[in-house]
Order: sequence, then C-alpha cells, then structure tokens
Amino acid sequence: MRSRLITFIISLALWLLLSFSLDWPHLLVGVSVALFVALSMGDMFTDSPHKWFSLRRYWWFIVFVAVFTWECLKANIDVAIRVLHPKLPINPGIVKIKTTLKSETGKTFLANFITLTPGTLSVDIGDEDNCLYVHWIDVKTQDPDAAYKIIALRFERILKEVFE
Amino acid sequence: MNDIIALIFIVVGIAFDLFGSIGLVRMPDVYNRLQASTKCVTLGTCGILFGVFVKFGFSAAGVKALLCILFLLLTAPVSAHALARGAHKSGVKLWEKSVCDKYLEDEAGNKQ
Repeated sequence: MRSRLITFIISLALWLLLSFSLDWPHLLVGVSVALFVALSMGDMFTDSPHKWFSLRRYWWFIVFVAVFTWECLKANIDVAIRVLHPKLPINPGIVKIKTTLKSETGKTFLANFITLTPGTLSVDIGDEDNCLYVHWIDVKTQDPDAAYKIIALRFERILKEVFE
Repeated sequence: MNDIIALIFIVVGIAFDLFGSIGLVRMPDVYNRLQASTKCVTLGTCGILFGVFVKFGFSAAGVKALLCILFLLLTAPVSAHALARGAHKSGVKLWEKSVCDKYLEDEAGNKQ
C-alpha cells in the first residue's frame, strides 16, 4: 500500500512539473493518471517502502549527487583528452569486480555510476557472488579485489547509506 | 549576466558533444566507442539543457530542461549497458590490443 502511495506521489509530482500549471484540468488529468499508474503497477516500483521515510537517506543522496557531478566532470575531461590525443592512449579490457551491495536498486545505481565515471563502462552483472563486468579503457589490474578498490570503493560507502 | 552564463554552459556542452562524436570515429571497437559516446554526450547534452535552465529559470521551459537532465542521467548509462551487453552476447570481439576479457572467460567457463 505504501509503495502505491509513493508511486502516486512521484508520478503526480512529475506530471505537475512537466505541465507546470496548477489549474483544474491539469490537476484532474494528473490525479487520474497517477491513480491509474499507482493502482496498476504501484507494487512494482519499490520493494522496501520504509526506506523512503528516513530523512538520512535523502541527505546521503544529496552527497551522492555532489560526488557524482564531480566524478562525471572528471570522466569527461579524461575521455576528451584520450580522444583528442594523437596517439590514442588506451589500454582496454573487460575486468571483473566484486561488489558488497545487496539491494537491486543499489547495484543498478552502482552500475550506472561506473558507466559515467572515468574510463569504465559496466557490461553485465554476474549471476553469482555479486560481481560486475566492467569494460575499462585503461586496465591497471586484472585482480577483482584490486580493481574493486580502484573503481567502486569510493562510491559504495555512499550508496550503502542511501539504498541499504 | 544570466545570458552569458547560459551561453557558457551551452558552448561547453556543445564542445563535449563534439569530443564524443570525434571519439565515436577514432576509437577502435564498439566498447571503446561506447565509452566515448556515453560519457561525453551525456555531459554535453546535460550542459546544453542546464544552459537552457539558466536562461529561463523556474518557468515551464526551464523545469522541463531540468527533468530532461534527470531522465537522461537515468537512461543513458542503461542504454550503454544494454548495447555493450548485447554486442558482447552476439559475439562482437574486443579490439585486438585489448588486455583481457574476463567476461568471455567466465562465460566459456559456465558453458562447460
């Protein structure tokens, strides 16, 4: 039930931001469509609704966004240098890294984060023992644990606070 | 003043879009091309949209630009992920100078 309520609020808020007007026709359409969405697939949206009610997670999410923006900028400058460099300094390969995140949302965000940070692109999430396959443009180590320390450790602490 | 800041964001965004496109041409294989195109084009397009937001502020157009940034950040890595995984599953080889391919090794190991 709470999962449906969250879905309803989020979809209504998104609709109101998109239409950006608060008159009756817009509200009526928004409420009815959001109600339909919430009733038909609200229980798919989140499997642990209690997490949405702790303020601490939102604070860590803001930290996450700040770190994310900074890393994203670094990633872009790094790739731009590699692209424009006459010798094309790349040393690519697919490595395997382990992750300690348990929740699906956390793993999804970690994979997205890896894709947008310097030189790495997640290719697949392994079935067993929580590993990610990552295409690395400049392979420094092939050992899963060492690679994990370089690629994922910085963000996992923050993601754990937000999603676990 | 607002106009100048908006213009700076838009110009930087276009520059990163250009780098991404150059990377798309210069890189040797699918995965490296995805690296260049997802990173640079995501930030470049976000830069352009943020410039639009700075120009229009909290109005209908500005808020739509902000929402576009949100959706872009959520969907671009997922599509890159899907493309990379699909390419690998359908047998696209890595560049011949690539160092290692643990994914292929593990998949071969699973099949046996």
